Amino acid sequence: MDFDDTPEEARFRAGARAFLEQHATRRAPGSGLVYRAGNGNPEFRERAKAWQAKKADAGYAGITWPKEWGGRGGAAIEQVIYDQEEAKFAVPRGLFDIGLGMCIPTLCTWGTQAHRDRYARKALRGEEVWCQLFSEPAAGSDLAGLRTRAERDGDHWVINGQKIWTSGAHYCDFGVLVTRSDFAAPKHKGLTYFFLDMKSAGIDIRSIKQISGQSHFNEVFFTDVRIPDSQRLGKPGEGWKVSLTTLMNERYTIGGRTSVGVEDVFELARRIELDDGPALKNAAVRAKLADWYVSSQGLKYAHFRTMTALSRGETPGPQASIGKLVNGSKLQNIAAFAMDLMEQGGALTDPELVPLAAVFQQTLMTSPSARIAGGSDEIMRNIIAERVLGLPPDVRVDKELPFHALPTGKAKGRP
Amino acid sequence: MNFDFSDDLKELREQARKFLRERCPTAAVRRVLEGPEPYDQRLWDEIAAMGWTGAAIPEAYGGAGLGHLGLCVLAEELGAALAPVPFSSSVYLASEAIITAGSEAQKRAWLPRLAAGAVIGTLALAEGAGKADARRLRTSFRNGVLSGEKLPVPDGDVADLAIVVAHGERGTVLALVDLKAAAGISRTPVETIDPTRSHARIAFTDTPAEALGAAGAGEALLRRIQDRAAVLFAFEQVGGAQRSLEMARDYALERYGFGRPIGSFQAIKHKLADVYVATELARSNAYYGAWALARNAHELPIAAAAARVSANEAFFLAAKENIQVHGGMGYTWEFDCHLYYRRAKLLSLVLGSSRLWKDRLITELETANAPP
Repeated sequence: MDFDDTPEEARFRAGARAFLEQHATRRAPGSGLVYRAGNGNPEFRERAKAWQAKKADAGYAGITWPKEWGGRGGAAIEQVIYDQEEAKFAVPRGLFDIGLGMCIPTLCTWGTQAHRDRYARKALRGEEVWCQLFSEPAAGSDLAGLRTRAERDGDHWVINGQKIWTSGAHYCDFGVLVTRSDFAAPKHKGLTYFFLDMKSAGIDIRSIKQISGQSHFNEVFFTDVRIPDSQRLGKPGEGWKVSLTTLMNERYTIGGRTSVGVEDVFELARRIELDDGPALKNAAVRAKLADWYVSSQGLKYAHFRTMTALSRGETPGPQASIGKLVNGSKLQNIAAFAMDLMEQGGALTDPELVPLAAVFQQTLMTSPSARIAGGSDEIMRNIIAERVLGLPPDVRVDKELPFHALPTGKAKGRP
Repeated sequence: MNFDFSDDLKELREQARKFLRERCPTAAVRRVLEGPEPYDQRLWDEIAAMGWTGAAIPEAYGGAGLGHLGLCVLAEELGAALAPVPFSSSVYLASEAIITAGSEAQKRAWLPRLAAGAVIGTLALAEGAGKADARRLRTSFRNGVLSGEKLPVPDGDVADLAIVVAHGERGTVLALVDLKAAAGISRTPVETIDPTRSHARIAFTDTPAEALGAAGAGEALLRRIQDRAAVLFAFEQVGGAQRSLEMARDYALERYGFGRPIGSFQAIKHKLADVYVATELARSNAYYGAWALARNAHELPIAAAAARVSANEAFFLAAKENIQVHGGMGYTWEFDCHLYYRRAKLLSLVLGSSRLWKDRLITELETANAPP
């Protein structure tokens, strides 16, 4: 039992570090949070694209992709090692996660060699950015309930409907899209999957204002958008199967810190004075801090166990996803508890007026999304219960009926 | 990255699991629960013969020299089986105390017999309800004699050897007592929430004893011993939590209600997913504890406290939700759920509560001056 690299891993790490030392600058220690909100900024995107091209040319993009896709053909553990090393450097991150992590692997799996040749390399070098058009106002956790319509018209398809929660729709070049092509088939059997040019006529993109006041996502409306049949992935009606490829391509990454952690609330507890001295000396505060520390450490070492499995060439199961389930609630609870320590002043949001530049106040308003995006807490629990513990799936009333016969509620999306 | 047990130790775990499945089904645990015997003597003799009691004792003192990682693997299986033997008292507490603090003569005198399972050891700390710390202990050890009363002492009715925490001329002191040979000892078995592990009240009246460890170092030594034991107990607890989860899962698959397996209801699925998450966090924290214990790393106090808190919570959660998933049947004496529930609570008390260990963890983090 040790935390050491194997000789091959050590060699790979040394190579990655040398590349990074040569082309990037180290982050200052304790430089705090790394926000990925930069994607909305055109200047950030230019830097991100330039960095991605350097990475790709040096063989550090698409590390786990097969060589036929233009990747390195490396091991999953090498991706983890590269990410660990890159996290120590101040480089623009996050712009290509969805495209390279989900869209292109789906395209390469289900598309032709011509598709791979045309799109994979350009995406890998950051020349073209991809987005994912899956969720709809009335189809989130129940993704297969989507109702964006695709109708065949000669060698094209005509798309009408609406997608939501699409990061980067307004600056992306291409997107992957799942639609309903047969409303008379049962819900999972009437879907068809495409990729399309995001500059196509009939696409209308509107940003969504989140409860945090920020706008990181979009709604995308389709009005008679035409997609060539050559951009269909999988057969008509096979869209659910293709979608699962996209959803399974979640990457095991550990990047820079993107949210508050136990160290921040620890620091706050040193600064806040209660009746009996610093909050850090208060028994109730100490108990809370210990709980969060213990769960953070548990996740850290669970991740090391996952890495060990990767290092042996094993595929970690869905147990690797407990981190998301634990972290979402924890973020929300840490934020609320830290604000309690500030008493009435905790309501203030001006970074000049409250400790740690209002990071807890911001987290209060961003953390609800951590429990919903990318699989809600409830879906994650179902996944653990069914795929890890082997419990039976829920009794379904929607699997056999034609889609158009399924009951629908009144709450379909936006008011 | 190789944050896992070696193939050899995994093989040992498989052997232990197979052996305990055969030799220590819950029927064997129930014989101790309901019968007059304080522990399963035959099981004890067999595991001693296989070298488990001496797993982490150096070969120079008659041990198997498997190291602490080997002991962790065995602890997990003993915990899963609820083995009704004085293993934790004798191995995690008494043997670790002597390995940590004993003089060469004390090691020679006791470790070979502890390793062979020929003597049973324990650690006597508590003096009734309330936190047992230096300011509150009334048991004294002065001029080579021990006086006072310890309650409850795990396996105190069957132990041959006790490490007694007392106050001496220079603060807290550890005293080693030969319970079979020394005069002035009165022992009475006491009932606890978990009768599958026996406990006693031990009164000492001018009982001859010898100091374990240097004078004035008692407090630090006790912490060191507790840190080491916390990791080993954590593996027992993880084993117990895992088995409780499996019992609940199996029952949820077989029990039908409202025309379907109750395991298909999200109320049950989500509950068990939470138990799974708690158990995996506890296991991961225990692994780090094992690493720190085996390396004697300076991170041990922090790793041990995290392992302890995580394991306390996981096992109790798993055990109580196991009863809940079983419904009314889980509340019957006949079903095994209560065996795990009892053991979970017992183990969460034996080395000190989560409240105490959380405070200890934060103190360590403060003094380590390392941001967590």
